[in-house]
Amino acid sequence: MSEQKMETEPFLQIEDLAVEYYSDGKVISAVNGVSLRLEKGKTLGLVGETGAGKTTIAKSILRILPDVGAKITGGEVKLEGKDLFKLSEVEMRKIRGNNISMIFQDPMTALNPVQTVGDQIAEVVRLHSKGEKHDFVKRAEEMLEMVGIPAERYHEYPHQFSGGMKQRVVIAIALACNPDLLLADEPTTALDVTIQAQVLDLIADLRKKYNTAMLLITHDMGVVAQTCDDVAVIYAGKIIEYGSKEQIFDHPAHPYTIGLFGAIPSMSGDEEWLHPIDGLPPEPFNLPKGCTFHPRCPYATEACRGGTIDMRRTADGHQCRCINIDTVKKQEG
Amino acid sequence: MMVSVTNAAVSAAPRKKQSEFMRVMRQMRKNKLAMLGLIIFIAELIIVLLAPFISPYDYTAMDPIAIRQGPSLQHWFGTDDLGRDIFSRILYGGRYSITMGLFSVAISTTVGMSIGAVAGYFGGQVDNIIMRLLDIIQSLPAMLLTIVISAVLGSGYGNTILALSVNGLPAAARMLRAQMMRERDNEYIEAAQSINCSKFRIIVSHLIPNSFSPNIVQATMGVANMIVMAASLSFIGLGVQPPTPEWGAMLSGARQFIRQSPHMVIFPGLAIAITILALNLMGDGLRDALDPKLKR
Repeated sequence: MSEQKMETEPFLQIEDLAVEYYSDGKVISAVNGVSLRLEKGKTLGLVGETGAGKTTIAKSILRILPDVGAKITGGEVKLEGKDLFKLSEVEMRKIRGNNISMIFQDPMTALNPVQTVGDQIAEVVRLHSKGEKHDFVKRAEEMLEMVGIPAERYHEYPHQFSGGMKQRVVIAIALACNPDLLLADEPTTALDVTIQAQVLDLIADLRKKYNTAMLLITHDMGVVAQTCDDVAVIYAGKIIEYGSKEQIFDHPAHPYTIGLFGAIPSMSGDEEWLHPIDGLPPEPFNLPKGCTFHPRCPYATEACRGGTIDMRRTADGHQCRCINIDTVKKQEG
Repeated sequence: MMVSVTNAAVSAAPRKKQSEFMRVMRQMRKNKLAMLGLIIFIAELIIVLLAPFISPYDYTAMDPIAIRQGPSLQHWFGTDDLGRDIFSRILYGGRYSITMGLFSVAISTTVGMSIGAVAGYFGGQVDNIIMRLLDIIQSLPAMLLTIVISAVLGSGYGNTILALSVNGLPAAARMLRAQMMRERDNEYIEAAQSINCSKFRIIVSHLIPNSFSPNIVQATMGVANMIVMAASLSFIGLGVQPPTPEWGAMLSGARQFIRQSPHMVIFPGLAIAITILALNLMGDGLRDALDPKLKR
C-alpha cells in the first residue's frame, strides 16, 4: 500500500477480513485476512476460481451472511471511515440497498417469481425513502426506462422476461437508490456473450452518471480488462496478487496469475490443447501450510511449504504473495 | 427493434392483473371433473344461502300427522320422527355443516401457516421446538383429539369449530414449513435482504406467496375432511346439538329408524357425500392447476 494512499481515508477499506463457515463439525475458512481498498467512482475486480471466497467477501460487506453456519471472525470493513461491523442492525439497514447494493449472479433466481418486476423495484425505493405509493411507482418506471425496458412492462412477471432483461431488472433494483457502492457478483456469468457486453455497457453508463464505485466479482479476465481499474486475484480466501489492471495484465507476478492468463486460449495461434493449471483448488477446511498454492505451483520450493507468506512488492510496484517472485520473473521472461 | 418491443408490451398491458389467479382458473377449466366439483359446490353455497326463500317449511315446524313419511310432493325428502320436513332441514343444515368446514379450515390454515412460516424461516432451535409441539398434537389420533377438545370446551357451533381447527393446524404448519425451507435458499431472498427487507417483510411478501400453493390444495381438501369430522362429532352427540339441523346430527337422530324409514338417513348422508365429492374433485383439479411442473 503506497504511503500517499494511506494518508487519505479511502472510500471503502477492508482490513484483514476473515470469515468462517461451519458445517458438519468442520471449520471452513472461506476468507483469510483479505485487505482491499476502493476509491469513489473506481472499479475493483475480484478475480478467482469458484469457491475462492469472492462472494463471501461481498456478502460480508453487506452483512448478509447466513445467521447460522457463518461467522465473520475478524477484520473490519470501513465505508467512508465508518466500520460497518460495528454498526447496529438498525444503522446497517439504512446502508443496505441505499449506500451499498448488490447485483446477483443469476437473474433467473434473483427475482421473486410471483411479484411484478415493477413492484420489486418500487419495494427498494419504498424501503429507503418517504413518500406516496405513486412516487415509488414513478421511480420504478424511471428505472425500468433507464435500463432500457419500456415502463409499460411494469406489471409483468419475471417469467415474461428474457435472461438479459431480468438482469437489467436486477440492475435497476440495485441502482434505484443511487448507491455509492455497487457489489456486482458475477453479473454476466449467466448471460451469453452479446448480452454480457450490453449489460456491462449499461452498468458502466449508469455508474458514470452517478459516480458509483464498484466491486466486480468475476472469473472472466475479459470482463476485468473491459471494466476494472484495479484487480485483486484471490486464491483460497487470500489475495495473492493486487495491483492496477495494467500491472496485473502486463506483468503478472504470481505463478497462479500467470497460470490464469496461460489458461486463456490464444485467438490468433493454432492451439490444440488448453493450458489449465494442474491440480485442484485446496479443500477449504484443510488448507495447505505456507503458501496455499504450493501444491500446484511449478516454482514451489521448500520455503513455500511452511511459515506465512507476506505480500511483497514486485519490480513495477504492485503486490504479490510469493517468495520466489524473482525466479518466476526470470523464467517467465 | 425498440418499437416492436414497445408494441408487444402495450398489447400485453391490458392483461396485467390477470396474474396467478386467472392462470389457475384457466388450467382448472380444462379439467371437466374439477369444474363439475366447483359448480356443485358453488350451487350448494347459493342454495344454502337462499334457504329461507327456498325451503317449503320452517325447519323446526313439526307436523304430528305426517311422521316419518317417505318422499312425496308435499315433503320432497319426506319427514322425520317429529314430522319435520327433511328437505328444509337439509337446506338449513348445510349452513352449519358447510360453514363449520370453511371456518375451521380458515382458522387452522391461517394459524398453521403463521406457525409454519416462523419455523420454516428461522429454522434451528425455533423450528425444533415448534415442530416437537406440533408432533404432540399429531401423535394423538385426530378424532380422539377433537372429541377430547370438544368435550372439554363443551358442545356448540363455535366450540366445535375450535376443536376442529386444532386438528388441522399441524398439517398446515408442516406443509408451509417444508415449502419455505426449500424456497428460503433462493437467491431472491438474499436479494431481498440486500435491499434491506425486514424479516417480517421477507416472510410475508416474498416467501409465503411463493410457498403457499400446497396449502391452498390442502385447505380445499381439508374443508371436506372437516365437514365429515363435524358430522361425526354431531353424530356421537358432541358438536352441534339438536334441534339444530346439522347433517351429522340429523343422521344421528335418524339412526334408530334406519330400518323403518331409511330416507331419514339417506338424504342427509347424500348431502354430505355430494359435498365431499365436489370438494375433493375441486381439490384434485386445483392441485393439478397449481403444480408448477405442469405449468404451460
